[in-house]
Amino acid sequence: MKRALSLILTLVLCLGLFAGCGGTEKGSVYWLNFKPESDEVLQEVAKMYKEETGVEVKVVTAASGTYNQTLLAEMDKKNAPTLFVIGNQNAVKDWKDYALNLKDTAIAKELNTDAYNLYDEDGNLVSIGYCYECYGIIVNPKLIEEAGFKMDDIKNFEGLKKVAESIHSRAAELGFDAFSASDMDDSSSWRFTGHMANLEYYYESKDAGGWKACPESIEGTYMENFKNLYDLCINNSTVAPNTLATGGHDAQNEFKTGKAAFYVNGSWEYSAVSETVKDATMIPYYCGVEGEEKAGLNCGTENCWAINSKASEADQKATMDFMVWCVTNEKASRKLVDTFGVMPYKNAAESTNGFLAAASKYTADGCYVMDWATNYQPNVDEYRKALVAALNTYNSDQTAANWEKVETAFVDGWAVQYKAANK
Amino acid sequence: MRKKKVSGGSTLRKPLVKWGWFFLGPVLLAFSIGFVWPFIQGIYLSFCEFRLISDTTFVGFENYIEVFKDGSFLHSFWYTALFAITSLVIINVLSFMVAYALTQGIKGSNLFRTVFFMPNLIGGIVLGYIWSMIFDGILSKWDTSILLESKWGFWGLIILLCWQQIGYMMIIYIAGLQSVSEDMLEAARIDGASQGQTLFNVIIPNVMPSITICTFLSLTNGFKLFDQNLALTAGQPYIIQEGGTVIKTTEMLALNIYNTFYGQSASAQGVAQAKAVVFFILVAGLGLMQLAFTRKREVQQ
Repeated sequence: MKRALSLILTLVLCLGLFAGCGGTEKGSVYWLNFKPESDEVLQEVAKMYKEETGVEVKVVTAASGTYNQTLLAEMDKKNAPTLFVIGNQNAVKDWKDYALNLKDTAIAKELNTDAYNLYDEDGNLVSIGYCYECYGIIVNPKLIEEAGFKMDDIKNFEGLKKVAESIHSRAAELGFDAFSASDMDDSSSWRFTGHMANLEYYYESKDAGGWKACPESIEGTYMENFKNLYDLCINNSTVAPNTLATGGHDAQNEFKTGKAAFYVNGSWEYSAVSETVKDATMIPYYCGVEGEEKAGLNCGTENCWAINSKASEADQKATMDFMVWCVTNEKASRKLVDTFGVMPYKNAAESTNGFLAAASKYTADGCYVMDWATNYQPNVDEYRKALVAALNTYNSDQTAANWEKVETAFVDGWAVQYKAANK
Repeated sequence: MRKKKVSGGSTLRKPLVKWGWFFLGPVLLAFSIGFVWPFIQGIYLSFCEFRLISDTTFVGFENYIEVFKDGSFLHSFWYTALFAITSLVIINVLSFMVAYALTQGIKGSNLFRTVFFMPNLIGGIVLGYIWSMIFDGILSKWDTSILLESKWGFWGLIILLCWQQIGYMMIIYIAGLQSVSEDMLEAARIDGASQGQTLFNVIIPNVMPSITICTFLSLTNGFKLFDQNLALTAGQPYIIQEGGTVIKTTEMLALNIYNTFYGQSASAQGVAQAKAVVFFILVAGLGLMQLAFTRKREVQQ
């Protein structure tokens, strides 16, 4: 008995040695995807490609929030990803040595804009946008009208404030509130520390003529405007501000079921939200900046393809062919556009996303696009965590002293993390 | 003990020497690949700057210098030490009491044992999440949250860990208590020892081996705690200092290492690795010291 047992144990130990030995094929594609929500569609597209061309496409999706860890581990393996995501300037710094210069390649020639590409300091095209997104404040126009206002009343912060405060004060009578919950747990806090914070960065970078690289420090010139919108959001909401720290509210559901008229989020929410709120639309972050009547939505992307320069030439070529196929093949690009929202390529399918349509309407009306200056956040995870901690304290007790801590984390924290990231 | 036949020692030993390596080989190989090699590589990496572990630059002791300059590491060290000692005392006292009570022949002892043991089967992340909801549900009555005050974060984690580990330690103590021989207890009774005297002079010295194991486990568990810490508070609340640096008041060592490794630039990965080596030496050293200390108090029957 004992012997049999030790034999089994030995075998179990040895099995581990042989797991993970697999074969390699010539010219295959391995896409390390970072959005769990698009995994299903990507797997389908990979299968379509295999059927059409016989080339193997492996799509692996990192679990939510663990893309960096997964990339680190995968790049170390022999069969490293041939296609991966370099989504912001931080990642460019970390991964530029592993990325093929995409300038003037077949895929670059398919683009219809250069706006979503990332370059390193030597001017190499490190990664190339394959879709873009927009964020702002999602609105349910029907509820606005029920409350006795028109969408045209909201053209700046004053208007937004008037509408939101009026709805909040009559919430019991109307049966719905102004803003859905602004939870500060990991699944929701990025809507504020990543997205809403962008209004401060954007206007500051605009004053500086547009950031080209991550600035060493920021001024916090527009902190007051960030506070305007943030305060409005937490104080005119379905839940009390001191219950936001651990979260547990379902903001999306509050909006979908008509319990809230405003919902801070982005274009990827369209398919979920439009199930019940058919005419949902999106408005810019109105925050009291001069001339903001001409503001548009926050458009940008972290979805940028990079080709692994350390992969074999055959793999690199297979990957390039696959990318071009994705943005030109009618059926594939239709599928991809339906999940990603829109793809900035000449021959890709048209978008059906209502929020992205709103974004292009603002642009067509001559409004300025608020770029994602947020992508420059240095040591983004650590930076945002500190900001969340400071906001938690502020949410529970909205004093000037506590807001000062938020400002410190927001402005000085930037310089601290910049230094830590650029040692 | 089974007695082995020892006739003709040399004829038996020869094949043993010959085949010994054959049978040891696979395990040794697996152990080397699974433990020894990563361990050595880990130590090597702590002297390097690297992004991928296949592509490193040797930097000497620089990482170690950074570690001891890092205030957050020292903070989390003292915080972890305080936490480990507090949890060690509370967990062991309570689990011993529970084990003692459940070996007195109460009706339904088996049911109680099962129920007390069950929390141990739940993973740390899930536990942390559930408890954060429970704590916040209670603390919101006082208009605060576990993420807002470090003292609640500390005691919250203690409660969580107690809830999870008392049942486990209890099982070990029960086994120890049951092996105290009935003769000895009877002798104590006949000698007229009170219940307290029996407990402190007969039972406890005899369950010393269990105490050694349990204190060792709870001490190292306390030091290595990671997922519960991550899920319950993740280091919050932070003290936002003048100049923008932060102190994560409830961040323990393992989480500090993790955050250093993944949250910062490539140059911090070597520092995190160095922290991990320091962490290993600490935990191993403390564990050995504690073992030596309690071993001395064990008695042989």
